Amino acid sequence: MDVEILSRLQFAGTIMFHYLFPPLTIGLGLIMVIIEGIWLKTRDETWNAAARFWTRIFALNFALGVSTGIVMEFEFGTNWAAYSRFVGDVFGSALAAEGIFAFFLESGFLAVLVFGWDRVGPKMHFFSALMVFLGSCFSAVWIVVANSWQQTPAGYHIVEQVVHGEIMPRAEITDFWAMIFNPSSVDRLTHTLVGAMILGGLFVCSVSAWYLLKGRHEQFARRCFTIGVVVAAVFSLLALVTGHDQAHQVSETQPAKLAAYEGHFETGPADLYLFGWPDAETQEVKYGLAIPGMLSFLVHWDFDEPVTGLNDIPADERPRVWLPFQMYHLMIGLGMGFIGLTLFTLPLLKGGRVFRMRWLLWVYVFAVLGAFAANQAGWIAAETGRQPWIVYPSVQGGVPMQGLRTSDGLSESVGAGQVAWSIAMFGAIYLLLFAVWIFVLNSKIQHGPDPHPHQPPEESEDGAGYLASAAGRVGHTDSMTDAKTGDNRETTPAAARLAGEGGAP
Amino acid sequence: MSHDVLALVWFALLGILLIGYAILDGFDLGVGILHPLAKGDTERRTMMNSIGPLWDGNEVWLVTFGGALFAAFPNAYATVFSGFYAAFMLLLFALIFRAVSLEFRSKVKDRRWRTLWDFGFFASSLLAPFLFGVAAGNVMTGIAVDDRFVVHNGMLGQLKPYPIAVGALAVCLFAMHGAIFVYLKTEGDLQERARGWIWRAFFCFLAAYLGVTAYTVAEVPRALSNFERVPALWIVPLLNVLAIANIPRAMHLKMPFYAFVSSCCTIAALAFLFAVALFPNLVPSTIDPAYGLTVYNARSSEKTLGIMLVVAGVGMPCVLAYTATIYWVFRGKVKLDHSSY
Ligand code: HDD
Ligand code: HEM
Ligand code: HEM
Repeated sequence: MDVEILSRLQFAGTIMFHYLFPPLTIGLGLIMVIIEGIWLKTRDETWNAAARFWTRIFALNFALGVSTGIVMEFEFGTNWAAYSRFVGDVFGSALAAEGIFAFFLESGFLAVLVFGWDRVGPKMHFFSALMVFLGSCFSAVWIVVANSWQQTPAGYHIVEQVVHGEIMPRAEITDFWAMIFNPSSVDRLTHTLVGAMILGGLFVCSVSAWYLLKGRHEQFARRCFTIGVVVAAVFSLLALVTGHDQAHQVSETQPAKLAAYEGHFETGPADLYLFGWPDAETQEVKYGLAIPGMLSFLVHWDFDEPVTGLNDIPADERPRVWLPFQMYHLMIGLGMGFIGLTLFTLPLLKGGRVFRMRWLLWVYVFAVLGAFAANQAGWIAAETGRQPWIVYPSVQGGVPMQGLRTSDGLSESVGAGQVAWSIAMFGAIYLLLFAVWIFVLNSKIQHGPDPHPHQPPEESEDGAGYLASAAGRVGHTDSMTDAKTGDNRETTPAAARLAGEGGAP
Repeated sequence: MSHDVLALVWFALLGILLIGYAILDGFDLGVGILHPLAKGDTERRTMMNSIGPLWDGNEVWLVTFGGALFAAFPNAYATVFSGFYAAFMLLLFALIFRAVSLEFRSKVKDRRWRTLWDFGFFASSLLAPFLFGVAAGNVMTGIAVDDRFVVHNGMLGQLKPYPIAVGALAVCLFAMHGAIFVYLKTEGDLQERARGWIWRAFFCFLAAYLGVTAYTVAEVPRALSNFERVPALWIVPLLNVLAIANIPRAMHLKMPFYAFVSSCCTIAALAFLFAVALFPNLVPSTIDPAYGLTVYNARSSEKTLGIMLVVAGVGMPCVLAYTATIYWVFRGKVKLDHSSY
């Protein structure tokens, strides 16, 4: 295999592995802020236990996000040196801003969040949770801006830089804000964040549903499940809205990509496939089911308006069709599934009916895998649909600007052997990390929240009730609001500081 | 500000980021190097938790250095990272293992599990500064950069005696820095032994320092040219020597905090000397001196450098504010509690 394929495989593999963690971090960040906020208001023990539990899960994911993210930061330079030279002027500033504005904020307050339970008061702790959440959203902002610029470049011009007599073209910023607010960045950012919140919500649902099925930590699980479902429902609907905006934007800025998404080979009125098997050889979609004219309608609000097909794109500028098509449809299918699932569940929350429906709880145990898949699929579609460009060509103020082909973005000093070696190493290490991550995550979930973590054991009288309920079955009916009144609200900050010493994790 | 001035400012700012990184991550890498010397599980956990809340924020200095290099001198970023491909991959593997070893180690109560991650923590903490040193040594002597900024020697071409010596210097320096940090953060028996580590690491560092200094003068005569041009710069090596001498003095006088400050100053001075020795080169070429990457031919546009300066001006005070807050919140001796590693 040649360097290009290997470098692309390496980039795809390492970023997809990294991207298991960021959406989980961002989504769980929101849940932690909600839970700590409620705890701050009610000072209810179960909420505190919940906040501590999710913080521990969060910290584990964060560590993996950090270690895999550092790889990404340097990989532009190691494997894509020509690309880095071409985009450095524009792209580098977003990456640097990410470090300064986002990562310091995240990592600093994470320390307080994870290690600071006994060192700062509840208000400061809540503030730290908020800052970590904001920091992770900020980091999404900058990196997604950088990515969006490479999809739909704006605010730049191409300069023919002469180095030792050689001409090296590169992009230079002409308008910073136009670069930041390029045609796709706002749509992409909102859609990416929304996808992350769905994952966070469904992750919480998955763990809670599993506890409910096993009859453990019931009060905790009911409350967290409720929050998770509400978050997932709201953001699933938003995914549809923001996703539609995205599709519209793609139809304007990257018609070749849209044609690949929908397997639209000939320019003309376009159908919307629900599923299918596009074949670029024969230029048709096999075994498909399509709504006639629907794509034209979604793009132009008119069933007969023509949409650009792949035949109008020069042959050497066409993306592959099969992968973007399938990934795009997988994402949308899953997205529709989440909308259906969560909207079906919302009314069942009332009176806790959902907690008696074991089959539905089982669906929730596994729905989180769908959310991981949808996040990955969305990126794979967006990135493979961008090919063969690593930086898309564009028109700035009427002047066409050259793009950069992926095959021209490589590092000249790096050979196929070196990349093959590093892929093998990444493969081995990431496989190990994945296994350990699942193992540690599982053991944390098995361990569950500590009831009354910050009360000395002799004070926790209602702990017995908690344990008893943990042994009980699914199916009693107090709602969240009932449950709240049952708990003591008198815990003083002083009691909070008397945290249980010892107890190695 | 003119384009040239901006490029100089960014050269200086990258130097500051590098110094910040070396001082801060230096002590937590050092703690990792010394980690096998801790006896028993509690001591190991104590050492890990002394850097527990701090190491991630420290590493962000490196990430930001990478981003800033990309933005300010994209050609240097591209050349160095692709040219040192194998070394950077090893560095990345080391940083991955370090992060996850810290996180995973204490999660399972099993001796073999903990030994495995203890080893990962130690080995990665040793490898990372060594590789930094090797990279710095290669940049000092220059690498085979051609007229299109493409590097022509592989990993083996980079493992020459001089860079290896610089790598050893970096390891000794961080071990000493880490030992002083452990001394500050612990009590009792562990602290007493940390005192012994400080002395031993100090003498290793001193030997490496003298050796590398002599080696540099012999191997890289270009390193002195800026000192000849601006004799006032000699003040820095002078202060450096004073800082180094102050470490044993402060330890002897039982003022460990001053010893720590002195070792911070030593690190800053060494990084400064490195920058002065290179300037105005970023990556000298061994093929033809004219092919080297300099502050002037590797920089990005005036506009980008200006924007980045605004970003740094707004961002850095915030960064310093939260760094200070975190160090304040986690001041004092390490105590293991239920939220520790
Ligand atoms: C939508 C969000 C998103 C996307 C698309 C990416 N990341 Fe990421 N990244 C995060 C969101 C994030 C985060 C939420 O901020 C992380 C994940 C978990 C964490 O610990 O922080 C993070 C961590 C993280 C770190 C470690 C930060 C630290 O030390 O604290 C680095 C250096 C990067 N990322 C760099 C990248 C690069 C170069 C990417 C693109 C190729 C990338 N990330 C894609
Ligand atoms: C985090 C979610 C992301 C995922 C899952 C993802 C996925 C992928 C995939 C699958 C490829 C390979 C495409 C191919 O070779 O056909 C790729 C390539 C690439 N992506 Fe992404 N991407 C993500 C985010 C980003 C971001 C944020 C950036 C830039 C800031 C980026 C920049 C690139 C570059 C430079 C390549 C390599 C060149 C190429 O093959 O086009 N990606 N990505
Ligand atoms: C429900 C209907 C949905 C629609 C119509 C939709 C639409 C889109 C479109 C058109 C893109 C491609 C943007 C581009 O190529 O630049 C995209 C990308 C993406 N989608 Fe969706 N999406 C939906 C649901 C979801 C869900 C449920 C998730 C995750 C849980 C998700 C996660 C993503 C991600 C991570 C990307 C890549 C980043 C980006 O380009 O925005 N999407 N989506």
